[in-house]
Amino acid sequence: MKIVALSGSNVGSKTRTAMNSTVKVLHENYPEAEITLVDLAEYEIQFSDGRNYLEYEGDTGYVAQTLMEADAIIFGTPIFQASIPATLKNVFDLLPQNALENKVASILVTAGSAKHYLIPEQQLKPILAYMKAQIVQTYVFIEEKDFYRKEIVNDDVIFRLDRLVEDTVVLTETYMKIREAKEEAYGF
Amino acid sequence: MQLIREEQKSKPTKKFDVSFLPDFLNVLLKEERLKDMEKYRIDQTKGMEFGLYTLGDHLPNPRMEARISAEDRIHEIIELAKLAEQAGIDFFSVGESHQEYFATQAHTVVLAAIAQATEKIKIGSSSTIISTSDPVRVYEDFSTIDLISRGRAEIIAGRASRIGLYELLGYNLRDYEELYEEKFDLLLKINEEETVNWSGQFRAPLRNANVIPRPKNGSLPIWRAVGGTPASAIKAGMAGVPMFLAHLGGPATVFKRSIDAYRETLTRSGFDPSEFPVSTAGFFYAAETTQQALSEYYPHINEGMKRTNGRGFPKQQFAQGADPRDVMNIGSPQEIIEKILYQHELFGHQRFIAQMDFGGVPFDKLMKNIDLIGTEILPAIKKYTAKNQEEEK
Repeated sequence: MKIVALSGSNVGSKTRTAMNSTVKVLHENYPEAEITLVDLAEYEIQFSDGRNYLEYEGDTGYVAQTLMEADAIIFGTPIFQASIPATLKNVFDLLPQNALENKVASILVTAGSAKHYLIPEQQLKPILAYMKAQIVQTYVFIEEKDFYRKEIVNDDVIFRLDRLVEDTVVLTETYMKIREAKEEAYGF
Repeated sequence: MQLIREEQKSKPTKKFDVSFLPDFLNVLLKEERLKDMEKYRIDQTKGMEFGLYTLGDHLPNPRMEARISAEDRIHEIIELAKLAEQAGIDFFSVGESHQEYFATQAHTVVLAAIAQATEKIKIGSSSTIISTSDPVRVYEDFSTIDLISRGRAEIIAGRASRIGLYELLGYNLRDYEELYEEKFDLLLKINEEETVNWSGQFRAPLRNANVIPRPKNGSLPIWRAVGGTPASAIKAGMAGVPMFLAHLGGPATVFKRSIDAYRETLTRSGFDPSEFPVSTAGFFYAAETTQQALSEYYPHINEGMKRTNGRGFPKQQFAQGADPRDVMNIGSPQEIIEKILYQHELFGHQRFIAQMDFGGVPFDKLMKNIDLIGTEILPAIKKYTAKNQEEEK
């Protein structure tokens, strides 16, 4: 199983901190999974110009292809100006229509304010659904006060993160089985 | 469990009666209008045309370790054209794709070889990327192929779905729209006028230029290649040129919208739709049973799409493709005949061209397909569509 943890922002450290914790939990609990952390802040990614994703070169090509090869993607995102950051939206724009078909997507959000709680529900999930992802419905919402010096210090958040990782892996395994059974039934 | 059982499948509920067709289709079927497509070498009294096309892909057969050489692939294509002619197929075309896993970038050269190897089958491109070519050179090539073939060449001009060739040939992707429109217009002008005066943005002006040799019958059929959406079909209607509509899969009724939009736009732009043929192009694969056809072709489509487009073809969608209402012509010969006739009733089109060689389909299977087309599918289609014309008389 290939799992990509995508840290979707070039700004700040909270999302990356939370993604580091996520990747740690993944490694500890699912050592057999192939886990890749992609932090967009570490790559030079061009804006989508509409070409097929196979035709992007360098960092852009690497990120697009890594996501396309994944079985599951955990999207980590901050909330900027009451929405997802442009860096993350650009990643979606780089990929083809239906790019997330047969993939599981789960969401982890960091935000400066509890007022942002419904933004992933209203703005990120519709994108994932449009791209045909199997979505883990419950996401983890982490606020400023849950961090201290680049560590998550709220046990409740840590528990919720553990559950998100477990739900992502269980849904991916289950969905793979469903798909296998379904394709088997076509008889070709 | 087998999901594709014949008796479970829904059938198109109603045959389209001529009286249900919009006016412009009734016009198409009237006896006195049957000669109107002569300019495009379409004779409707002989029924709908059936063709084969290849993108010239050079993909491995997913059931084998290695792929054949480019040399063998090109010879396969030439051989396929000869077999198609022997089976009575009307048309054969070759495309250009300037990217990995393709072998007919120089498609006009391959077409010239086919022109020499055959005697009566019509030949064309599927498609020629006019945006990144010089229309003068394209015209010279195709009128030469027309002369070699003694009047059988056609151009289908498209604009590529990939950017590789823009970089390869030194064009700016930002000019995507305008490159196509300007060069397509020039191509049409060269076709209509023996002495050309022209100036534009992307090519040196032409002053009293004679583009020679001229084709055998004065002009070449030049079609506009169109993708799935009505928006691009509307552009073909505005230009007043015949339309080639590509369709991968999905309900036939969806593609009818593009064809309707095309004919409506022709009328609005002052053209007579009865003078402009429509052709469709899509996946095709025949085997003894529908299940066998699905099972034989699917790995080629799926693996081939993965390599060339980065996404496989969803199995669920492919399975749905067997439904009589879906535009994908894959199945037993009888299923395919019913589908093509249903599409003909909906579209009123003059030609369907079949893509059956995508993704490294082995040559013996291609031969088997041509055999089924020649012995079962083609005679039925001709009989039905020609009979339809006679009833009108």
